[in-house]
Formats: sequence, structure tokens, C-alpha cells
Amino acid sequence: MNRPERPNSYRSLPDAEGHFGLFGGRYVAETLMPLILELEEAYAAARVDPAFKAEMDDLMRNYVGRPSPLYFAERLTEHYGGAKIYLKREELNHTGAHKINNCIGQILLARRMGKKRIIAETGAGQHGVATATVAARFGLECLIFMGETDIERQKPNVFRMNLLGAKVVPVHSGARTLKDAMNEALRDWVTNVESTYYLIGTAAGPHPYPAMVRDFQAVIGQETREQMLAAEGRLPDTLMACVGGGSNAIGLFHPFLDDEGVRMVAVEAAGHGVDTGQHAASITAGSLGVLHGNRTYLLQDDDGQILEAHSISAGLDYPGVGPEHGWLHDVGRVEYVSATDGEALDAFQTCCRLEGIIPALESSHALAHVAKVAPDLPKDHLIVVNLSGRGDKDIFTVADSLGVKI
Amino acid sequence: MSVTGRIERRFETLRREGRAAFVSFVTAGDPNLEQSEAILAGLPAAGVDIVELGMPFTDPMADGPAIQAAGLRALAAGQTMHRTLDMVRRFRQRDDETPIVLMGYYNPIYRYGVEAFLKDAVEAGVDGLIIVDLPAEEDAELCEPAIEAGIRFIRLLTPTTDDKRLERVLRNCSGFLYYVSVTGITGAASGARGAVDAARRRFAARTDLPVVVGFGIKTPERVAEIAAVADGAVVGTAIVDRIARNVGGDGRLSEGGVEDVLGFVASLAAGVRREEAAATATGGAR
Repeated sequence: MNRPERPNSYRSLPDAEGHFGLFGGRYVAETLMPLILELEEAYAAARVDPAFKAEMDDLMRNYVGRPSPLYFAERLTEHYGGAKIYLKREELNHTGAHKINNCIGQILLARRMGKKRIIAETGAGQHGVATATVAARFGLECLIFMGETDIERQKPNVFRMNLLGAKVVPVHSGARTLKDAMNEALRDWVTNVESTYYLIGTAAGPHPYPAMVRDFQAVIGQETREQMLAAEGRLPDTLMACVGGGSNAIGLFHPFLDDEGVRMVAVEAAGHGVDTGQHAASITAGSLGVLHGNRTYLLQDDDGQILEAHSISAGLDYPGVGPEHGWLHDVGRVEYVSATDGEALDAFQTCCRLEGIIPALESSHALAHVAKVAPDLPKDHLIVVNLSGRGDKDIFTVADSLGVKI
Repeated sequence: MSVTGRIERRFETLRREGRAAFVSFVTAGDPNLEQSEAILAGLPAAGVDIVELGMPFTDPMADGPAIQAAGLRALAAGQTMHRTLDMVRRFRQRDDETPIVLMGYYNPIYRYGVEAFLKDAVEAGVDGLIIVDLPAEEDAELCEPAIEAGIRFIRLLTPTTDDKRLERVLRNCSGFLYYVSVTGITGAASGARGAVDAARRRFAARTDLPVVVGFGIKTPERVAEIAAVADGAVVGTAIVDRIARNVGGDGRLSEGGVEDVLGFVASLAAGVRREEAAATATGGAR
């Protein structure tokens, strides 16, 4: 592949049209364009408004529970016998995942824009729960689009959303997972343009979403930087995060992109294996395409039809990836690797037993890569893994995979 | 756009006839290549003035359940972009007059390769493109190369397209304008006639391009009503529904299915030829 020229800064994109090099853009129906432009304008104004930042900081501290700890995982470190492993504890946030960071930012923006109705798509249900949570907090009507397959495998989260006053709309099209939920949310948005704010849960979609979601998630990396300096007196050597759409990964990575000594590894879901056709590794095994408002790496056939993704983790079960990740891959700043369902399940159990932390299956993919590389790294090598969510929601899936009836 | 193509010639003919265009939409390959081709071949005789042919896509974000299902039927029967272009090529061997506009989403074209696609589309006899997820902001992708290749790039205008945007949207638009009379997905309720008329007048102040109106038109009466205030009326979902109704468990149209669909199309097409449509069409069909 022709590698694009190395930029002066890896943190200066997107450009005014929402492009990260070849990636990104605004590939949406004309009906949505005026709204996308309005959103871009509203966000540009909000991000430089001290009042917006103050309100956001207050909610992050007192409602979400930030900063999340940077925890030295002593027993995992001992177990692998190599690199020193730290966990960024995003699973301790209110609602149990990093998703809430973005939701707080966007709900404040929606309110500023005078929107009364919030819609969102969800896969694992984590983003749906986080959206329902902030909608409840601000008294806004909330509809969550969720594929029927995901509703089946994430029942507890569906009930949580209902408790929070949101309406969960089952999506019957396609494989009935995250991709289809996103299509349906877009259809609703096209229909209810005036009243509705579409709260996208990952760093993907049409500009300005990828940049905006990244900015709201960058708090993860900003805190990690300070916390690591305080703990070790220097920056980490390697950052690791799972990547589906890629919001937790970009949130951790972005503040470090210009720190040359910091290596970054993003772990895609290899499902049954990247050679099996049943995976969600769109960078490792996909090709360039245009879907859901942006150009990025996609799982697709030779005719440009989108393929169904597979992962044991509903949150990674998406045939695309955020555009900035596509670009970071092409310029060679971030390494993209993958972990299978089985590897994630092993790492899940190891983390439970050794650290007393039940990680989300999504985050377990990042832990699975730690298992592969940590033993061979020197003891002074500092790894930070983004523990992006807790795994309580996944216990049924895990039990099923282990052949346990609960 | 000095070169006159099939689309311009068709609107010129209609202007002389003093009536609006009847524009039909079907998905290429629905429910299978052979029967879809039979429907396509019969459309001009059924009274269709301009053919919109959908390029199936797995993720049609702006389409309602009917057209989503049509795309999936076509894909399940093995439809590809190559097959869609082959359909146009074979249609052109019999009919060199009826304009064909391909409608769909960008990814299958992007994957095909823009340059290769335009070359093959021109050669097959495609007259225009409507690509739902390519707004004016992304004109460099396909719109500009298409115009250069001699293919019209038809833009969707919606009630959310305000005056500020209109200029930008009209800049590279050619062939005709497609006014989506309601915000929403295909198959939704249609807009009120008065609002449609007002919108058309707003566009007429800024462009000489004909304005066709679509989304939610399902009966000959609605066709006639829209024909009275616009340069054309588009029917999609209702025809696609009619196809679906004729599909059996084997994924094929039952005996007489092609004729039933074409009969239905003819009944809709009669709408633009009604007196009430013609009487007031002078303002519409310029």
C-alpha cells in the first residue's frame, strides 16, 4: 500500500470537510445535510464556550465519577511475567463503560440545539443504556434502535433502558445487529429531522461525529497521561484498546498521537478467525468503502455489498470502523491486530480470576493481545489497557460459550 | 450542459405534448434477472416516460421497508452491478429513446471503480444517476466525473433544502431535479399538493431544469394531482409493492405476474394523461 505522507501532527485532522486523508467525509442524504451542517456549527461554538466546558466537567466529575482510576494490575503483570500492566478503569464509570463520556457531551449539545427527541443505535446495549441514562437525566424523549439478535443476547441491557424510560425499537432488517440498527436510526432521523438529535455512539458516521465523539472520549487519554506521569514519572510505552467503531481506542490514543515513543495497538474482533469470513476485523481483513456517512474500511464483497460481521462481543459486531482509525492505520501510526472469540474468552476469565474484575467481552479483546505480547516484553515496559467496559452484561454469553447453564 | 441527451429530448417532447412525465422506479433484478428484465422491457409501452432503475444495496439507509425488501430479493437472486448494466445494455438494443436513470447508493459504484463504472454506464446507455448518499459536498467523487462523461447527475431536493443550500445543490445538477416532497424514507406519506407547488415555484426561480416529484405517490389520482403542478411524477414503492405481491415462495413472479405489474404501471401512467393534469400542466411542463 502507498503510505500517505507523514503529517506534522497526527492530531490536526479532520480538515474542514471532515476528511482524515482519504477517510471520513459526509456521505448522507440531502435531507440530512442542513442538519449535519447545523450540528457542525453548534459543536464548533460549544467546544470553545467556557460555560459548556464547565457544565461538562461538573457532570463528568459528579455524575459519571471521573477521573477513572489508572490501576496497576499487579497479578496480571506477575502472571504474564513481562511488561508492567496498567488498566484504565473506564468500566467504573456510571453505566459501566466509556460510552457515557460521549453521551454527556452530546446530550448537552442536543439541549443547546433545542432538540427534544433523542435517538441512538446500540449493539451491546452499552451505548443505548448510556444514552437512555443521559436522556432521563435531562428529561428528553429517547428511542433506542437495536437489532433483534442483539436484543436477544443483551436482555439485561434492554430492561435497563426500559427502566430508564427509553423505548427500545427492535430492528428486523439484515442480520438484526448494530449495522441494521444504525440504518434504522438514520431512517428515523431522515423522517424526523426537525425535532430529533441522533446521538451516535462511536467515532464514526458523517462529519462532525467522528471528530466530536473522539473529542468527548479524549478525556480517557488525557487522564491516563497525567496519571501515568504521576505513577511512573514518564509516559507509557504501549497503549492497547479494542476497536469496533473505535471510540474507546481513539479516546485513549488521541492525546498521545504526537508522542513518538508511545506505541499504540488497536485490537479488532477476529470472531472465529479472520480467514473464516466470520469476524469483525474491517481494517485487518476489509477494504475501502462508503457506509453510514463516511469512507472507511468495510467488510464487503466484490460488488460493494456490505457483509455481516461476527463477534462474540455485540459491541464489536460491526462491519466498519471509524474513519480516523483507517487513516491512522494507513499512515502507520497505530498498529491494528486482532483477537478471536476464543482468545477474548480466555482473557476474560484470566482477568476475572486474577484481578477480581469482570471485563466486558469487548475489552477482553485488548486483554487477549496483552496475553500474547506482555510475556516477551521487559519488566520496565509500561502497558496501558483500556478497560472500556464491565462484563456483567456478558455473563450469559460467556456462560453459554462455556457450556454452563445459569 | 449544451449537449442534448435522451432526458432533454424526452422533456422537450413532453413539453410539446403539454403534459408531465411519468417516472417509474423498479429495482434491477427484482425478483430475479429474467423477470425484472421482462418488466423493464414493458415499461415504455405501459406509459413510462423515464425509467428509474434501482441498483440494489444491502444497506439502503434512505429507503423504506418495500424498497429494502426489493433490493434484498434482487441480491438473493444474484444481482450485481455488472448485471444491472447488462440489463440497460439489452434494453437499449430495443429502445434508444426512453431515458434510464440509475438510482442507488455510492458504495457499489465506488467498489466498481468510478472511472470503470462511468465508462461502462455510458457504453450501456445510462442517461443519469441519482446517488442518495452523495450530497453536493462530495461532488468531486462522482458528480463531476459523471457530468464530464456525459451522464446527468440528478439531485434530490427536500423540504429541508433551504435557500442558502439551494444554490450549492443546484450548481452541478443536470437532467432534472428530483423533489422529495416529504422528509423521510421512500414509501412514506406524500406531501400536500400546495406545498409541492410552492417548492416547485421556488426552484423555478433559480433553474430551468424540469422538476419531478416523488416519495409517497401511490395512486393514479395522486399522479394526476402532482402532474398538474410539476414536470413529472415518480412512483416507486407502489410498483415495488405490486411486484412483491406477485412473488411466490420460490422467489419468482407467479404466472401472469409481469403482466399484472405492467398493467398496474399503465393505470398509474394514465394519471399524467388525464385532462385535469393536462389542463394545468402548462405551468408544470415547461
